Amino acid sequence: MTSLRLPDPDQAVISRRAAIIEDIARLIGRDALIADEDGRRAFETDALTAYRRVPLLVVLPRTTEDVSKVLRYCHDNGLKVIPRGAGTSLCGGALPAEDAIVLCVSKMNRILDVDYANRCARVESGITNLAISARVSGNGFFYAPDPSSQLACTLAGNLAMNSGGAHCLKYGVTTNNVLGVRMVLIDGTVVDIGGAHLDAPGYDLLSYVIGSEGQLGVITEATVRILRAAEGARPMLVGFGSPESAGACVSGIIGAGIVPVAIEYMDKPAIEVCEAFAPAGYPLDVEALLIIEVEGSDTEIGVLLNRIAEIASAYQPKSMVISTDPDHSARIWAGRKAAFGAVGRISDYYCMDGTIPLGQLPHVLTRIGEICSGYGLKVANIFHAGDGNLHPLILYNANSPEEAEKAELAGADILRLCVEVGGCLTGEHGVGIEKRDLMTVQFSPTDLAVQMRIKTVFDPGWLLNPAKVFPLDVSAAHTDQRAAAAPRAA
Amino acid sequence: MAELVRPAAEWELQTVIAKLAAQKMPAEIVGHGALRNAGRPSAAEIVISTASLRGVTLYEPTELVMSARAGTPLLEIEAELASRGQMLPFEPVDLAPTTGAPAGALSIGGVFATNMSGSRRIATGSARDHLLGVRGVNGRAELFKSGGRVMKNVTGLDVARGLTGSWGTLAVLTELTFKVVPLPESMLTLVYRNLPDDLAIEALTTAMGTPFEVTGAVHLPKGAAVRLRHPKLKALGQSLTLLRLENFIASIAYRKDKLIDALKVFGTPLEFGSEDTWAIWNELRQLSVMPYATETSLWRISTVPTKAPEIVAAIKKFMPAEAFYDWSGGLIWLEVPAAADAGASDVRRAVAVRGGHATLIRAAPEVRAIVDVFEPMKPEVERLTRGMKAAFDPLGLLNRGRMYANL
Repeated sequence: MTSLRLPDPDQAVISRRAAIIEDIARLIGRDALIADEDGRRAFETDALTAYRRVPLLVVLPRTTEDVSKVLRYCHDNGLKVIPRGAGTSLCGGALPAEDAIVLCVSKMNRILDVDYANRCARVESGITNLAISARVSGNGFFYAPDPSSQLACTLAGNLAMNSGGAHCLKYGVTTNNVLGVRMVLIDGTVVDIGGAHLDAPGYDLLSYVIGSEGQLGVITEATVRILRAAEGARPMLVGFGSPESAGACVSGIIGAGIVPVAIEYMDKPAIEVCEAFAPAGYPLDVEALLIIEVEGSDTEIGVLLNRIAEIASAYQPKSMVISTDPDHSARIWAGRKAAFGAVGRISDYYCMDGTIPLGQLPHVLTRIGEICSGYGLKVANIFHAGDGNLHPLILYNANSPEEAEKAELAGADILRLCVEVGGCLTGEHGVGIEKRDLMTVQFSPTDLAVQMRIKTVFDPGWLLNPAKVFPLDVSAAHTDQRAAAAPRAA
Repeated sequence: MAELVRPAAEWELQTVIAKLAAQKMPAEIVGHGALRNAGRPSAAEIVISTASLRGVTLYEPTELVMSARAGTPLLEIEAELASRGQMLPFEPVDLAPTTGAPAGALSIGGVFATNMSGSRRIATGSARDHLLGVRGVNGRAELFKSGGRVMKNVTGLDVARGLTGSWGTLAVLTELTFKVVPLPESMLTLVYRNLPDDLAIEALTTAMGTPFEVTGAVHLPKGAAVRLRHPKLKALGQSLTLLRLENFIASIAYRKDKLIDALKVFGTPLEFGSEDTWAIWNELRQLSVMPYATETSLWRISTVPTKAPEIVAAIKKFMPAEAFYDWSGGLIWLEVPAAADAGASDVRRAVAVRGGHATLIRAAPEVRAIVDVFEPMKPEVERLTRGMKAAFDPLGLLNRGRMYANL
């Protein structure tokens, strides 16, 4: 799985490596650098492990000021910078380059302020997603976005990718839960965008920054919304004989005016693998399974789940199980949350992330099956049904270059299909390098030019996270300005 | 009199802007004119109206999504949604009544171009949060799209959301796609009486810290409360602190009792059912308590809730003022006497030291021409803002000067 073109590293930069290390050590201290080859190799990839590049140098700043000094140096010397959180990107968003410096914010992981009355918390961006909720949960609060990697992934990465999670049907994604950021621009300028109040004045710069995949700057602090958690939550399982019935049931529930906190979908292969790995009581004789969760007091939950059960019964469910107690609920979710790991136990897989209009679900699932079998590959489908965000897992053997290439081709076909039916290439994982060359399927040259001009406003020399998001041929005109925009010292 | 152009198709709009570009002639961008008395006044000799770009183009109730052309009146959209038991989650605020513009003229394009969200914003998010995609034409006469019609989309930069609150200065939006939600089965308003501002805000923030999903939290000091149209509330003649619950009937009954218990130190509230609740919160989003008047100016102040009473008290040291606190205090609508600078220096100083920002909503055009209507920018933000303007509209054709002088 290595068909994507990456730019040739600049040998002139590589030859200056020793001097660059000395310069940056003088700026922020030698102990903030990882310069030895073994150390750097630990940063050579992210969760898209098929692509690996050992970076020129890794820096681990401790303060916004450190970040500012490093970026200004890189700007003045025309060095490329790869911002990085925990390196859990599934799309190669944090893939290094041999002539680039990895700037990893993971040491900046403090909670600076928690303000319950105003329902916000100010944190450093290197904090893990789960650590925010862990800190405020004692007071009954939580930070809403809950990507599956939340134990490991950093807020910085969530901000870069505008991460979602299973519960964003009700609570929204990262951009809906962040009020302000402190960001360092490539020339070292520190800029505060937004704040603790609910709307920012002037242009909504925060919208451009969140989800910009490290293209616009390096976020060092953020003010996030924290919300009071519901009194309780409980899931139910509904199994169906066909994807059509499951899809229609989701529409039926929402059409009846009920928006559950989460609606997750698993197909037969996914159910079987998960149940074998973490027995959760999933029905094995169904083609499609919905996990539907609602929130509230015990009584409210009971009323709502009964109402959902009533709606679901019109769609010929083959099984229906309402969680009986917290332990049962935990097992139901443990199965879903372990799904990727469970699939990984039986096969290598390639995880896709397109989003589709819900009405297209049966058609898309049929076509995904056809696409994969056309390449001689199997697929397991696990996704957020409430918002149409698909995660087909294409199973393949990573030791076979041929199969790897087929998986990559099948993945691209699936994403083209998502766009064709009115959806998009990525719902929550980001573009990175993985979907870079497919951007022209979703966007016209003008659409992309509009985006690239914004990139140029923030990063005139195109030094931040190069070769990601925008197809290389499309961005060439913009990156060619780099030499003119960024003066080089040597 | 400025010349009015009403393109009825995207290509027509492109042609109009291309012609303006050739002549380097700026234009004012409007919908049906609901916002023409807000923001900085335009000096442009050409007015481009999106009024003929009209109609709902996609509505899938079971997918909670709607698309509409920019000039579609908000009233039309809300009627269409209500007919299928749905609504806009963010309860848009209509500035027209308070600024003396024609009522009922607000377009969906104007809603997103200003990102003016009402009371439900604290629970479910703002207009910006529910925007999924846009089509529009920038100052280069390029037709572009961003986002789409699906709920989750992180493909490329979030240009669609980034255009909210840009007041037509970056692009003329032609079509918007946004998320909608089901109407609640039942609604209830709890009204606490006679609380001073600081205690009222404490009550509101306490309520927002409960798990009972309060969807509206406002405080009306006596001066504002007596302006309500709702006869029963108006007749009370006291300061009023309102909390709204919207949910299933069974939930409302349960949550109401829990909430009253959690707030018992603030007194015993009056209770109003669905019909009254609908009427009360509907007039609040029309800013009925801040009616149009030439003798006063109106500010909109965004801050953190707990700082709100302090900000109002600080401003009142310099001038008489009437406040209406929304968003549990995080949004203050503040009426002050009309003056040459609309009280800008005192208002901005009071806000600056406590955090937040202030926008001058209503004032005579000559005042809005000389006073900063939007919060003055820090240099590094101004640099990015100017860069964005140049990226979208390098010739400065679209709504030049509507947000900031010289931009």
